[in-house]
Amino acid sequence: MSEFVLQIDGKEVTAREGMTIVEAAKTAGIRIPTLCHHDQLEPYGACRICTVEAEANGRNQLVAACVYPAEKGMVVQTKTEKLAKIRKVLVEQMMAHAPDAPQLLELAEEYGADRDRFDKDPSFCILCGLCVRYCNEVKKKNAIGYIDRGPRREISFIPDVAGKECWDCKECFPLCPTSALQAAYVLTEALATPPEEAAQEAGCAGSCSCSGSCG
Amino acid sequence: MCMDITRIDQIIDDHNAEQSSLIQILLDIQAEHHWLPKQALDRVAEKLDVPMNRIQHITTFYKAFSQVPKGRHQIHVCMGTACHVRGAQRVLDTISDATRIKAGETDAELKFSLETVNCLGCCALGPVMVVDGEYHGNVAPAQAADVLKNYE
Ligand code: SF4
Ligand code: FES
Repeated sequence: MSEFVLQIDGKEVTAREGMTIVEAAKTAGIRIPTLCHHDQLEPYGACRICTVEAEANGRNQLVAACVYPAEKGMVVQTKTEKLAKIRKVLVEQMMAHAPDAPQLLELAEEYGADRDRFDKDPSFCILCGLCVRYCNEVKKKNAIGYIDRGPRREISFIPDVAGKECWDCKECFPLCPTSALQAAYVLTEALATPPEEAAQEAGCAGSCSCSGSCG
Repeated sequence: MCMDITRIDQIIDDHNAEQSSLIQILLDIQAEHHWLPKQALDRVAEKLDVPMNRIQHITTFYKAFSQVPKGRHQIHVCMGTACHVRGAQRVLDTISDATRIKAGETDAELKFSLETVNCLGCCALGPVMVVDGEYHGNVAPAQAADVLKNYE
């Protein structure tokens, strides 16, 4: 595979064909913040937090470094004032959904983002798609997917599949930057488990009307 | 509501059970049943070998699909600006009264489903209501209820 040189933050970096900017930067020890990126998964480009300034063929562009391929002779800046401002707003927007996510709190600290800037819309999910993609691409179980669209889009387990596959896996849980995934799972589990069974699991006789939630 | 699974199979076979025809197959099922019963979706998933999460993504994305039973007749009332100023709200109210359902609902006998839309592109005809694809323009509120009498 052919190798070439590009410049990232003033450093000469050797990259291989097919590498993204994030991957090329990583080989040189340059960290570009990411949220929806995962080494085992196909590039996705949902969160845009990895936005960098890239100059190629005389054009300066803002690109998502986790999907944009590194090119020969490209000049990339990963830490400019402009980028800091963009990332700050992105973090602020995501924090309207997930104000307590550890990764977001860290980024907020770094870019001086105000978690209360935008009206709260606590869905607790930033739609990074890590859970959905991990289940589809790595585990190939397709137990979780998206439903609806636009501002109403959310993740949802497929109860029939989740009931069979998830109990022994749950590998997606640690991937989620917020707590939305586990919440969605618990909800699915509750809805998919008939009350009598839940009562038995909870260890009560199920003769009361509490549906097992007292256990 | 009973569903003829052989008919679903036939629709799937009409499209050679091709994955690329997924949306077309779903549209055909929707057209026939006015909604997408879970049984049918399970069958499509199985025969086309597409995961259910993809089917759910598609069926919840497009408004043309319904996950819940719909009536035999679909009523659409235009609430676009031109229809609005010409009394679309009163048309909608009369229809609601006559059918006893609100916009977005379906009656218990599965006769009518009522939806509002935001401009049908024929503002000169406003207020407009559409029943099963048939356009009724310049409807006075009183007429709206009469139109529905023609549907069983
Ligand atoms: S639930 Fe978590 S992992 Fe899944 S899309 Fe939302 S934020 Fe990402
Ligand atoms: S990490 Fe690149 S868009 Fe999310």
